[in-house]
Amino acid sequence: MAALNSIDCGTPKRESDTQITLEIDGRSITVPEGTSVMRAALESGISVPKLCASDNLEPYGSCRVCLVEIEGRKGYPASCTTEVAEGMQVRTTSDKLGQIRRGVVELYLSDHAGTSRVAGEQDQAGDDELLALAHDLGVTENRYGKSGSNHQNATIDASNPYFDFDATRCIVCSRCVRACDEVQGTFALTVDGRGFASMISAGTDSNDFLSSECVSCGACVQACPTEALIEKNVAAQGLPDRVEKTTCAYCGVGCSFNAELKGDQVVRMVPATEGKANHGHSCVKGRFAWGYTHHPDRITSPMIRERITDAWREVSWDEAIGFAAGRINEIRETHGRGALGAITSSRCSNEETYLVQKMARAVFGTNNVDTCARVCHSPTGYGMSSTFGTSAGTQDFDSVEHCDVMLVIGSNPTDAHPVFASQMKRRLRAGARLIVADPRAIDLVRSAHVEADYHLQLKPGTNVALINAIAYTILEEGLENRTFVEERCDIEEYEGWREFILRDENSPEATEQYTGVPAASVREAARLYATGGNAGIYYGLGVTEHSQGSTMVMGMANLCMATGNIGRSGVGLNPMRGQNNVQGSCDMGSFPHEFPGYRHVSIDSVRDIYENEWNVKLDVEPGLRIPNMIDAATEGTFKALYIQGEDILQSDPNIKHIAAGLEAMECVIVQDIFLNETASYAHVFLPGSTFLEKDGTFTNAERRINRVRKIQTAPAGYADWEITQLLAQALGYPMNYAHASEIMDEIARTTPTFAGVSFDKIDALGSVQWPCNEEHPEGTPVMHVDTFVRGKGKFMLTPFVPTDERANRRFPLLLTTGRILSQYNVGAQTRRTANGQWHGEDLLEIHPSDAEVRGVKDGTLVAIASRMGETTLRAQISERMTPGVVYTTFHFPETAANVVTTEFSDWATECPEYKVTAVEVTPSHTMSDWQKRYIATRERQQRIGDAGPAPVRSSETVAAGFDGGDK
Amino acid sequence: MDSQKMVHQANQIAAYFEVYPQQRAEEEVETHIRKFWEPRIRTQLINYPGDGLHPLVQKAVAALKNDTGQSA
Ligand code: SF4
Ligand code: SF4
Ligand code: FES
Repeated sequence: MAALNSIDCGTPKRESDTQITLEIDGRSITVPEGTSVMRAALESGISVPKLCASDNLEPYGSCRVCLVEIEGRKGYPASCTTEVAEGMQVRTTSDKLGQIRRGVVELYLSDHAGTSRVAGEQDQAGDDELLALAHDLGVTENRYGKSGSNHQNATIDASNPYFDFDATRCIVCSRCVRACDEVQGTFALTVDGRGFASMISAGTDSNDFLSSECVSCGACVQACPTEALIEKNVAAQGLPDRVEKTTCAYCGVGCSFNAELKGDQVVRMVPATEGKANHGHSCVKGRFAWGYTHHPDRITSPMIRERITDAWREVSWDEAIGFAAGRINEIRETHGRGALGAITSSRCSNEETYLVQKMARAVFGTNNVDTCARVCHSPTGYGMSSTFGTSAGTQDFDSVEHCDVMLVIGSNPTDAHPVFASQMKRRLRAGARLIVADPRAIDLVRSAHVEADYHLQLKPGTNVALINAIAYTILEEGLENRTFVEERCDIEEYEGWREFILRDENSPEATEQYTGVPAASVREAARLYATGGNAGIYYGLGVTEHSQGSTMVMGMANLCMATGNIGRSGVGLNPMRGQNNVQGSCDMGSFPHEFPGYRHVSIDSVRDIYENEWNVKLDVEPGLRIPNMIDAATEGTFKALYIQGEDILQSDPNIKHIAAGLEAMECVIVQDIFLNETASYAHVFLPGSTFLEKDGTFTNAERRINRVRKIQTAPAGYADWEITQLLAQALGYPMNYAHASEIMDEIARTTPTFAGVSFDKIDALGSVQWPCNEEHPEGTPVMHVDTFVRGKGKFMLTPFVPTDERANRRFPLLLTTGRILSQYNVGAQTRRTANGQWHGEDLLEIHPSDAEVRGVKDGTLVAIASRMGETTLRAQISERMTPGVVYTTFHFPETAANVVTTEFSDWATECPEYKVTAVEVTPSHTMSDWQKRYIATRERQQRIGDAGPAPVRSSETVAAGFDGGDK
Repeated sequence: MDSQKMVHQANQIAAYFEVYPQQRAEEEVETHIRKFWEPRIRTQLINYPGDGLHPLVQKAVAALKNDTGQSA
């Protein structure tokens, strides 16, 4: 495809200390050794035609349109596969070259549809580089004709919901195959047949894309030089005519995109080559799943109601904001400021999150503010702060290029962080070693051309025992890096840790009874981690969402310090953040005990900064966490909650308790793009904006601050930060930002790690990684380089305390929850796109032996019950599971997986233990009663307006559809 | 908060810190609760009459009592 604004230099950039000077068309050019002649030319603005070459793929040399003449060499070498040499003299144009190129193009056109298939482009080249080249070279007639054997009768493979494959336009340049292999690492495509019969194939029986291994990342579509692979949108809507740069709003990779627009309409999203997190790649969500932004379910008007049992009433902004402010004031007068609180969102921008916590602290007058990271990465905050001194991933993503051993714990990158997973896989194919610690055989354990050296298939809830056993092996076998420890760490704490770890109870042999991992494998993996070169740890919610989540984070930090694997490229401790702005929302002071920049509310000097800036007196005491707010609500001391962009009823544990808490409140304000599950219990609904509808910044998992830009206007008119500002004003607090950049200026003024950050700087540099200040004016890719943020690194003890949630006779299986590639979090966005075609419901993965003894068959309904509750979903029999462990996702409200999860939580942060719930699974034929009641409540409490009979759908219809396999 | 849940959470904190030498463990448990628990829940803990509290939590409660006595 022909992306707007992007220059493709034909072959990948090469790095070398040796510089080569050559002459191209009489111009002297100097480039690093190893560079292709094509790249040397294109970089200097000398054009060379190309079809099979692209700068994100290794040169291939099949199309022969890039031929050049080189002084002293015979024939016409392909410039893409020819490396530069000192003193080389190259000519890119001559009569002979023109003649050869025209011949090649003519031959290609003899088996090509000949015209563009893009709407309105029939007489133009459209999105087709071959047609464009034909125009450039003046190829008008075709001496070969189309009478010979050709592929012109092939039908279009339209199975993928987002792109088509039209074989009549395929020139078999293999760019798609190579993109799938080299860029994405899925190896879904092959070239079938030989010579003229050859054709691209998705390699399945039915041979279509949808049923193949394809994960719909779109790399092949982006790579295709013709319109053989093309976005359905582009074909239907026509070519885009302008570009806005923005950032994906899904996962913590934070891919940079060029939103390509035609007028005001986004036509396609093209991952930006200069994006430092994604280097021109993306996954199915970012590239394709943005249609939800104009889904008919978008709420376009503010709404209010007296009681949650009333129907919603659409009102003006003035009325809604006035109503909300009135209730908040009343509650504050009667019950005090402690009865008020707010929840910020990892899906909103830094500026918006900052403003919501400011609203709570400065306007409500309380530190009762929390964020969804409570339920995901709060232990990362606690664990990393205790050991290193700050809560942040230590590396940039590119650091993985220098990593020799990857230790992946409780993280499933190919599903949750797909673009980074592609980068990992590339490095693994180039020889890095891999240790996976996970109860499930995730894709990384074995996929095309990648295989883990060790898969430590531990029992859920035993991470700490495992990490202790690894540490034990390292110390016992003398594999630690004593020099590093002495120079960089607090030696007393180290000695204490050493004494603790070397206790017998921590040996791999002793811990095997808990983890179920053979001692010998633990020892071998430990040796590999300690001695295999640069070792990096990558972890996710499989670490944090446990009763010992914080202990585990500290255990991994200890390991980094003990082996000296921290403070340079290729090593470190990398939390894989789930949502786009988890890092940012934590940075922005979303936790009830700390201000932006992770500074405790009890520190006078920090409160001074904000008291001066905000002109109010601030509370010195920590506020309520989300679960505390719910508890306090049921007890009657917490009454009003302002929730921006979160759906706690679906995402938080023990739904029944959450519902009871929400029901007990007198003013629940939900600000979101859709009427979410929590909104069933709200009194005020404020319609918010998507990432395409506002200016702001997101901070990805590598601390990279990326810009989002306003491309269209929110249907209800306001960006989320503007809505917060309206509410603050109505409450009598002067808040008057004219632009999101002014909020960032305030953040920079008050937060030392952000001191050097501004929209201007981000615009100039593309993105910037905090800390960004006087010391690091352009940001900090790798942290703790010469010294830890806290000074000396601090080893923390990590006693293994088994969770109180245990399997027993009644609930003999352990349930663990997770996510899937095509869906995102509570699914509010992705469920409203065609991504449902890959994953239309939550499934319960269960091992064949567990299924057999229970009479559970693949694809049938099962009831899953814990001591908390019961729900019904469909079973998928899967060898990925260890016997005794079952797995599901929480993307669909009908399943309500969180009705079974417990209230057990991390000891330090109250992060729920989603990864361990004792359950029993039995065959079923219908939704649980609870699910039916839940749906009935939702349908009743989400009615808009008085017109029409309510509820909209009866729970019986929904249940019948569900039972029958409706999606 | 449900008092069983509160006791469970307080004891979890103690179960982590008990691996440290006695005096440090006592201080750490108190500091942790002081730093992260909202005053309402601290008060609930201080006023909790029942048993089942880990000895380290009992120590912390005693210390918190003095502390809250001053700041409240
Ligand atoms: S969309 Fe991605 S995974 Fe699918 S065939 Fe193309 S490159 Fe491969
Ligand atoms: S979801 Fe993540 S990996 Fe996919 S495009 Fe968005 S930021 Fe990139
Ligand atoms: S671009 Fe060089 S051979 Fe195709």
